[in-house]
Amino acid sequence: MSRISIEQVKHVAHLARLAITEEEAAMFAKQLDAIITFAEQLNELDTENVPPTSHVLNMKNVMREDVPTAGLPLEDVLKNAPDHQDGQFRVPAILE
Amino acid sequence: MSLFDYRVSELHSLLHKKEISVSDLVDESFKRIHEVDEKVQAFLTLNEEQARTKAKELDEKLATEKEFGLLFGMPIGIKDNIVTKGLRTTCASKILYNFDPIYDATVVERLHQADAVTIGKLNMDEFAMGSSTENSGFQLTRNPWDLERVPGGSSGGSAAAVAAGEVPFALGSDTGGSIRQPAAFCGVVGLKPTYGRVSRYGLVAFASSLDQIGPITRNVEDNAYLLQVISGVDPMDSTSANVDVPDYVSALTGDIQGLKIAVPKEYLGEGVSEEVRQSVLDALKVLEGLGATWEEVSLPHSKYALATYYLLASSEASANLARFDGVRYGYRTDNAKNLIDMYKQTRSEGFGNEVKRRIMLGTFALSSGHYDAYYKKAQKVRTLIKQDFENVFEKYDVIIGPTTPTPAFKIGEKTSDPLTMYANDILTIPVNLAGVPGISIPCGFVNGLPVGLQIIGKHFDESTIYRVAHAFEQATDYHKQKPTL
Repeated sequence: MSRISIEQVKHVAHLARLAITEEEAAMFAKQLDAIITFAEQLNELDTENVPPTSHVLNMKNVMREDVPTAGLPLEDVLKNAPDHQDGQFRVPAILE
Repeated sequence: MSLFDYRVSELHSLLHKKEISVSDLVDESFKRIHEVDEKVQAFLTLNEEQARTKAKELDEKLATEKEFGLLFGMPIGIKDNIVTKGLRTTCASKILYNFDPIYDATVVERLHQADAVTIGKLNMDEFAMGSSTENSGFQLTRNPWDLERVPGGSSGGSAAAVAAGEVPFALGSDTGGSIRQPAAFCGVVGLKPTYGRVSRYGLVAFASSLDQIGPITRNVEDNAYLLQVISGVDPMDSTSANVDVPDYVSALTGDIQGLKIAVPKEYLGEGVSEEVRQSVLDALKVLEGLGATWEEVSLPHSKYALATYYLLASSEASANLARFDGVRYGYRTDNAKNLIDMYKQTRSEGFGNEVKRRIMLGTFALSSGHYDAYYKKAQKVRTLIKQDFENVFEKYDVIIGPTTPTPAFKIGEKTSDPLTMYANDILTIPVNLAGVPGISIPCGFVNGLPVGLQIIGKHFDESTIYRVAHAFEQATDYHKQKPTL
């Protein structure tokens, strides 16, 4: 049985905001299925009482004083924007 | 003979004796780039005008001042996923084809403070996802030892540029082997520091719990100088560690008497070619001759590292790469009906297939109903892999094995099946999962192709790695071999 169907691939692509063709959906389904099947070898291990790694070093929360500092100049912020107007990023219509 | 056959300490003495100038060093870089980069294709962007101006400034400084940075006058190439203010930074992705960073990464700032000269930006697998640099959205970098072969990846441009004598120094980044594997394939020295040793501020994130920036050079001494400059805690990266930075160069004593080496049986077993195995065993004999001892050990969870890595790295990537949406920077599609459609078209046109594959794998592994079975399971296995290393390091100083199962493979040889390509990294990935440091140094040749020896150390013990690597280098001449281009 395959681990991931073409329909699931389309759903995941939608969640990830990727447009894929029917052909690509079939290709990714086959490749992702192979990778996920391979990954299921982890089930050979009993990890019931193993804590998940949250950080490789014994570092916990890193805190600093909450001191306001200057933000980026607006000109810099907009410098790489594909489209902007009146100091704001401009995007296509949000509602149909 | 190239000026880059000298080590940094030798170049500094030549500079102070006025036998060479910084401009000579920068000229040497661009001369070589203009000679060979058409073949090697390591650089994506050159910084020629600014580099020559900087060289003149440094030459003036040399004549008038007394204090010099640790990398004074040294030409350096920078992997194209490390942001450089005013110098195009693309991650070798079409989605960032025109990205002009508004700030310098912390490592780049530290290079400026150390008086190094940025020569240009180096090719890589798109967003550092790959093991051959074939996933670059722009060009195919070739291995200087055999132009029909890959330089490794993802820091393939960095390793190839150093091997080809275009720059004596380069920065790479390593998430699952992306510094060490190309260093092995190109016959140069590449170190992945301890997680947290080097600030990631300004490194375009792939998998934040695994990524580290590190040095690629021709020899161990140069490598130690470069690590010295880029190491240390940074308020801009809360995962950078507040741990003292030792003097790495002073660790290069040549003395490894009494050193205890562990050789994991999993690193010389199935999948590792006989020639690579033999090169490593020969290297161990050299180290024994210098007073070290070695024993076989086991890292029993090694075989699970690859699966663990692809689940975790892809999950983190799926979150990190969500920012590329055509709104604030980079490419935006011309033909979008509405906002969601704009996101989708932009990302589909801007990302290559390997990046899409990993984003989808990660999205799947994190999605409701699959999170426990895949992502959380992998984080638990990561703990077991980390414990394997802790157990071995209770009794041994370093772990040694090959960097890669085989020398460099042919261009196109492994592109059709993702899993075959991923298998290249079986010996480097566990190191990232455990967060420990590891280096690859040249330890032999198979049919004219370099073989890499991997030396792995304890957390924050890069000094011992360098000491062993340097002692081996002093006793051999593999690092002096140069490709004919």
